[in-house]
Amino acid sequence: MSNTTTTGPMDTDDRDSDLLTKDEARLARRELRRHKMTAFALVVPLLLFIFFAFVAPIGTMLHRGFYNPVVAELIPQTLEHLKAWDGMGTPDTTVLNSMAVDLKRLAAVRKSGKLAEEINRNKPGASSIVKSSARKMRRVDDTELAKNGGALLLAAHKKWADPAMWYAIQKAGQTYTDGHYLTALDLERTTAGEIQIREATQIYIQLYTKTLRMALVITLMCLVLGYPLAYYLANAPSKTANLLMIFVLLPFWTSLLVRTTAWIALLQTNGVVNSFLTGLHITSEPLDMLYTEFSTIIAMTHILLPFMILPLYSVMKGIDKSYMRAAMSMGARPIPAFLQVYLPNTLPGLSAGALLVFIISVGYYITPALVGGTDGQMISNIIAFHMQQSNNWGLAAALGTLLLILILTLYWVYDRFVGASNIKLG
Amino acid sequence: MTQSFPAYYTIWHKLGAYSLKFSAWAVLFFLILPILVIIPLSFNAEPFFTFTKGMLLFEPSAYSMRWYDAIITNPNWVLAIKNSFIIGFFATILSTSLGTLAAVGLSSQRMPFKRLIMALLLSPMIVPLIIIAAGMFFFYTKFGLAGTYTGLIIAHAALGVPFVIITVTATLSGFDRSLYFAGLSMGASPLKTFFDVVVPLIRPGVISGAMFAFVTSFDEVVLVLFLAGPGQRTIPRQMFSGLREQINPTILAVATLLILVSIAFLVTLELLRRRSERLRGLEDHG
Repeated sequence: MSNTTTTGPMDTDDRDSDLLTKDEARLARRELRRHKMTAFALVVPLLLFIFFAFVAPIGTMLHRGFYNPVVAELIPQTLEHLKAWDGMGTPDTTVLNSMAVDLKRLAAVRKSGKLAEEINRNKPGASSIVKSSARKMRRVDDTELAKNGGALLLAAHKKWADPAMWYAIQKAGQTYTDGHYLTALDLERTTAGEIQIREATQIYIQLYTKTLRMALVITLMCLVLGYPLAYYLANAPSKTANLLMIFVLLPFWTSLLVRTTAWIALLQTNGVVNSFLTGLHITSEPLDMLYTEFSTIIAMTHILLPFMILPLYSVMKGIDKSYMRAAMSMGARPIPAFLQVYLPNTLPGLSAGALLVFIISVGYYITPALVGGTDGQMISNIIAFHMQQSNNWGLAAALGTLLLILILTLYWVYDRFVGASNIKLG
Repeated sequence: MTQSFPAYYTIWHKLGAYSLKFSAWAVLFFLILPILVIIPLSFNAEPFFTFTKGMLLFEPSAYSMRWYDAIITNPNWVLAIKNSFIIGFFATILSTSLGTLAAVGLSSQRMPFKRLIMALLLSPMIVPLIIIAAGMFFFYTKFGLAGTYTGLIIAHAALGVPFVIITVTATLSGFDRSLYFAGLSMGASPLKTFFDVVVPLIRPGVISGAMFAFVTSFDEVVLVLFLAGPGQRTIPRQMFSGLREQINPTILAVATLLILVSIAFLVTLELLRRRSERLRGLEDHG
């Protein structure tokens, strides 16, 4: 503790080195180095902590996008033999025999389902073949299987003779693969090894586009709603402004789930808005507003609006009112005066707010998950789906990496235009 | 309300001013109404998420405390409340102590790689939670931290760090260094000077950083979804599954309580801000 507090925060100013003797200069340099070391020593504990708690997990995720050990661990023997296969026709009996043995072993420890799931990702329909064959192999005697397993396997299902099946197994068995990234970008590799646009369903590029489009709509909504309010607050008497600021800050500090709950209560079929609309006979039937893209956008706009208002307000507060008065007293009409004088002055706050809202909404998970239904889902929700439901962790990691690249690019833009260390709270 | 306008204002100017006022108030209502609507709904006597006829006619029988009773009598909610406080408390201690120390180091002009380290320490605030959650799930499982209190505390502390760094560095940037040297020149040891002079002056920043860290943990659900076992369910986690599986007004009662918590939070922050301004004011004049 003692070394952390000796000199750290309060450094003396740079001394004028011309006035110092050689010894003094050396002493000063040593002192400077000591200051540097102390300052650094104060930061080290947190750096170590962040490295373990945050950086290493993100690194693991990046690694996971390439690393795919599951199948390689399940059927190492078969994959080893399969290396000799030329990719044409059915692999020879050594491969088939060892596959039969592997399947029996896996069936006995209830892992054949996992293998089936993994192979099925490369070849839809393979799951049932693997599972049913594994069940059949389980009943066969070990020595018989080692000698004659291949034939039994072919008898169990004729698809085991199909090269496409073995190609899928070989692909699933690669410990390091770019397959997840290709899938995440809607690409695939042909049997010849060339990369092409996936012939089957293309969903992920579309999903990224949709996420970006929704984030853009939310940002624009926040801008349209936030700008006039921030202007009004910045130009109101400070007592009124401080009071009305509570309306902005209370939602800001209210739990995210509370605000999402509020929108569910408002928008559901028998909710407040629908009872209001039907009660006033504006609509005869309740509208389906919840679980749509509309509800996601409106709830997220509500949640992110303070992030737009606060930077705009603080910038507008600093703009001298006499600018606009001068422009208008010189005969400028209000709209040109606003566009040419006021708006350019608010650009720093506007870009800060807009980038912040955009960055946050691109990676949003909770609100789309709760009010988005099927068509309000964003990229984060699909990552969560692959993490929790389809157990395709490699693909989840690849999609996450692409999202991370997107966010870091935006953050870099934010840092260049706004300055990351200018983030202020409260 | 009458408003005074400059003499050169035309009718269009005035119309513009009124429509600005109208749209500003409309947005204010958009911000606050969804939150205010929850409060009366949580006293609903019926298991609905909307106002019943009786509620609109202010019949006392249409209102009840049953959903508040439901919180206290449900062991899942009680456990969730307990967990939220335990995890929030320890995560706050961890992020505030490490964060304050680092902020003191970072505010030194001699700090090497300042910009890079700052960007790294602020990044948990920028990276989407789903990415952090997926990464932590992979990494923490290796160390047996998934499904434990320790794992969640570490995870939430990492999220709280940027807030502590921001608030404490902000307070330190307004810190008058001559006060520290004054302490030293009067013969106090550096350690004593630090605790008797520096700490009281940056305390408002440390406390508000700690509050941000606590609220971050208290409100966090994505990491809990991925890392917590059934024993570590927190309030937001319980609300999440409630909203997904069986919606009932207990959630509205919990939400109302959480709104009260955020009001208390807002008031405390405002008091801290005033106190810190007063301290700085003294510094300027003295």
